[in-house]
Amino acid sequence: MGYDKNLMAAIATTRLGLGAKADEIIAAKSDPQGWLSTQIRPQGAEIIDPQMASSADRLAQYREFQTTRKQARAAGEPAPDPVKMAIQLIRRDAGPDFAGRLNLAANTDASFRERWALFWANHFTVSATKVVTATLIGPFEQEAIRPHVFGRFEDLLVASSSHPAMLLYLDQARSFGPDSKAAQFLERSGKPAGLNENLAREIMELHTVGVQAGYRQADVTEFARAMTGWSIGALNEGDRSGKFYFRENAHEPGARVILGKHYPEAGYDQARWVMRDLAASPFTANHLAVKIARHFVADDPPPALVARLKTAYLGSHGDLAVVAQTLIRSPETWTPQASKFKSPYEFLVSSWRAAGTGPGEIQDAVRAMTAMGQKPLSAPSPKGWPDESAAWLDPDDLVKRMAWSETFSAQAVADRDPGQLAEAALGARLTPLAGKTIGRAETRAEGLSILLMSPEFQRR
Amino acid sequence: MTPFFTRRALVGGALGVGVTLEFAGSRAFAAVDRALARKKLVVIVCRGGLDGLSLSPPVGDPAYAALRGPIAIPGFGQGGGALKLDETFGLHPAMVQTYALAQKGQARIVPAVATPDRERSHFEAQDMLESGVTKVYGSASGWLNRVLQTMGPAGKGVGLSVGPTAPLILRGPVETASWSPGGAAEPDRRLPGILQDLYAHDPQLSAALATGLSTEVMAKTAQAQVATAAASTTEGQVMAGGPTVAPALRQGLPQTRKLGTTLAAFMTEDNGKQVAAVSIDNFDTHANQGSSQGQLATRLAYLDAFIGGLSDGLGPAWNDTIVVSVTEFGRTARVNGTNGTDHGTASTALLMGGAIRRGGIVGDWPTLQQARLFENRDTAPTVDMRALFKGVLTDHLGLSRAALNGVVFPDSGGIEPLRGLAA
Repeated sequence: MGYDKNLMAAIATTRLGLGAKADEIIAAKSDPQGWLSTQIRPQGAEIIDPQMASSADRLAQYREFQTTRKQARAAGEPAPDPVKMAIQLIRRDAGPDFAGRLNLAANTDASFRERWALFWANHFTVSATKVVTATLIGPFEQEAIRPHVFGRFEDLLVASSSHPAMLLYLDQARSFGPDSKAAQFLERSGKPAGLNENLAREIMELHTVGVQAGYRQADVTEFARAMTGWSIGALNEGDRSGKFYFRENAHEPGARVILGKHYPEAGYDQARWVMRDLAASPFTANHLAVKIARHFVADDPPPALVARLKTAYLGSHGDLAVVAQTLIRSPETWTPQASKFKSPYEFLVSSWRAAGTGPGEIQDAVRAMTAMGQKPLSAPSPKGWPDESAAWLDPDDLVKRMAWSETFSAQAVADRDPGQLAEAALGARLTPLAGKTIGRAETRAEGLSILLMSPEFQRR
Repeated sequence: MTPFFTRRALVGGALGVGVTLEFAGSRAFAAVDRALARKKLVVIVCRGGLDGLSLSPPVGDPAYAALRGPIAIPGFGQGGGALKLDETFGLHPAMVQTYALAQKGQARIVPAVATPDRERSHFEAQDMLESGVTKVYGSASGWLNRVLQTMGPAGKGVGLSVGPTAPLILRGPVETASWSPGGAAEPDRRLPGILQDLYAHDPQLSAALATGLSTEVMAKTAQAQVATAAASTTEGQVMAGGPTVAPALRQGLPQTRKLGTTLAAFMTEDNGKQVAAVSIDNFDTHANQGSSQGQLATRLAYLDAFIGGLSDGLGPAWNDTIVVSVTEFGRTARVNGTNGTDHGTASTALLMGGAIRRGGIVGDWPTLQQARLFENRDTAPTVDMRALFKGVLTDHLGLSRAALNGVVFPDSGGIEPLRGLAA
């Protein structure tokens, strides 16, 4: 690689990692690519909290909360306020899950690994549009995403698509084959049930082949039929309760044709085989390559990098560790031009890393991120948070970042020299202009604010 | 208002017929400019695919109740029934303030409107709705930004988006402002000045900062005019705000209304914004959509509160305003297996404001007869979204055909503007 090692160390820690902590750039200097590639490991990304309740436990708690309310109503007693109970569940579960994730990002020595995990969590977005999904997002990431981020994409896809959080978020859990035994039984008992194509559509459009693949409405409907039965065990179903469960009786019988390929009736395996083929598709390889290059390098990703990533994906049969290594070894990744503008999440995390602090009171972080347009756990749609600068580089957002920087710097700077903090945070990426401006600051806090708001810190 | 200032006298008589204008002299020019400079346009984008058959339920359509089953809105006069517009259509019972406008002739429905997109993908359809071109991801700028490019002397048409980030519809070469509640910048601090110098070599950051700071000052002025006190944001809203969560309904409505009055204040102050865009999310109701009450009713109550706040806040300026509320696509005519609806095609647009012409529904109603459903599934479109926008831009803002077909909706030459919508 023709670039200077000092610059590469700064790029490795800020563009591919989550922002440099004290001494990190120095540590990465002798071998910036090695510093990154040693973070790739077969067991995946960090587990946020080994003590975190499983999704099955969370679902059981949620159902308990619903039952308490129903029983109180049935007994004619004043039912507990559902709003208060919902807030309580979120405060007790989702808040600490999110705080754990922020703390991990702020402190980890393997911040490329963490960025890679966050990329996949956003690719397979579950958003808190329902109370129940809010409490499942933490367990979802921990159970379905993090273990697989350096494994085969197909495994990641199946883990996501069969996880209760995704099944509930995109309404798959209650999708019934119209000709299935269960649907016919329900029809007779006056509770008609049928197909819901939401998850099937988003798997095709967002998670795998993308719209470029040119599939039709009929392909979506056929895939939704193949997926019927992918559901969750109910509260009274013993060991299965709250876990993925294939409901044979809800599965639409028969063969399916999807993207021109014939899939014989095979119960659970029918949708599983469709996913295998979707994961192996060159359209998926291209879709993922563009997204990875866009996230890590530039909004308009260099075609040469996209081609390398796509080739790596197809050649390794979707091995994400190979794709990550290819990203690290590609010259386009190391262009000195910093063209990505940080999202609010990235901005806050990198600020904490630069200052050697953490999120502190979770409510402060929640408030700041909400004001900057990235409300925690609440991506606006299944597409996840946008990855283009235009979505974040915005007048109102910038003023909010400035206000936050001032408050944060006043608390965080203590008696440290902002010039040294800037050297440690940006290394060779620090421009003489910013260095001089920081040096002329009236107070230490002002110096830190200038660092955090400098173009080279806002961009990566 | 004197007859001279009616829209027809101005646009039809003067701008529409170029010859007249040639001889009208500078006084008439100035009068036209002044009148057009007062005109205001607000576009509300309801994201997620708003179910038109619930927003403006055709309860008089013989096929409606059977197709919709448990999520059908009850008929006129029944408990939780539709608010009657005509023999066929009503408004959802949550749309109380919008209904009051309709009764004054200041709100109409366009019950079968769609973008040219037929793929039923949120992202493609929103992209087409906002970029105004028929090729997906075919333009990096939004059509409202291009409207600003074509509008009169520089600086007259100024755009504003509500929300912390600018939606595609307003993105583009013309610098626009965005604003969301909760800013805290003090104009007399040192840091903004230091950063303006530091951003000297970064045009994107320096432009954004300059706009952000001036908007912040405007926001303070505007908010001072708004009497309604804002409740502070609670944790419930911050982390649980979503379509199925009740705190949104109870605590969010006054704030949503206030968003409307604050936007109105932005638009009515000196040099106020002429064009604004607002996004309201979470209309993707695949499961448990509800009927008169429930998930969708909550979201509609938000929309209604915003409209109410905006119309009240604009005061006399409401008479110069048109508000268009649209969505990327409608939803399936039949209820699905999970008491919701899936991605469909045509939906309802709302056309509102003191500057609209009184009248019935806009466009034809294809009916819900099985043979008339698009792909045996969705409300069939009878109005192209661009025809609606082009009609409003022609009649209300005085945009020329050349501007519409050349700049704003570049590949829409074959789509005639829907005329006669403005008073």
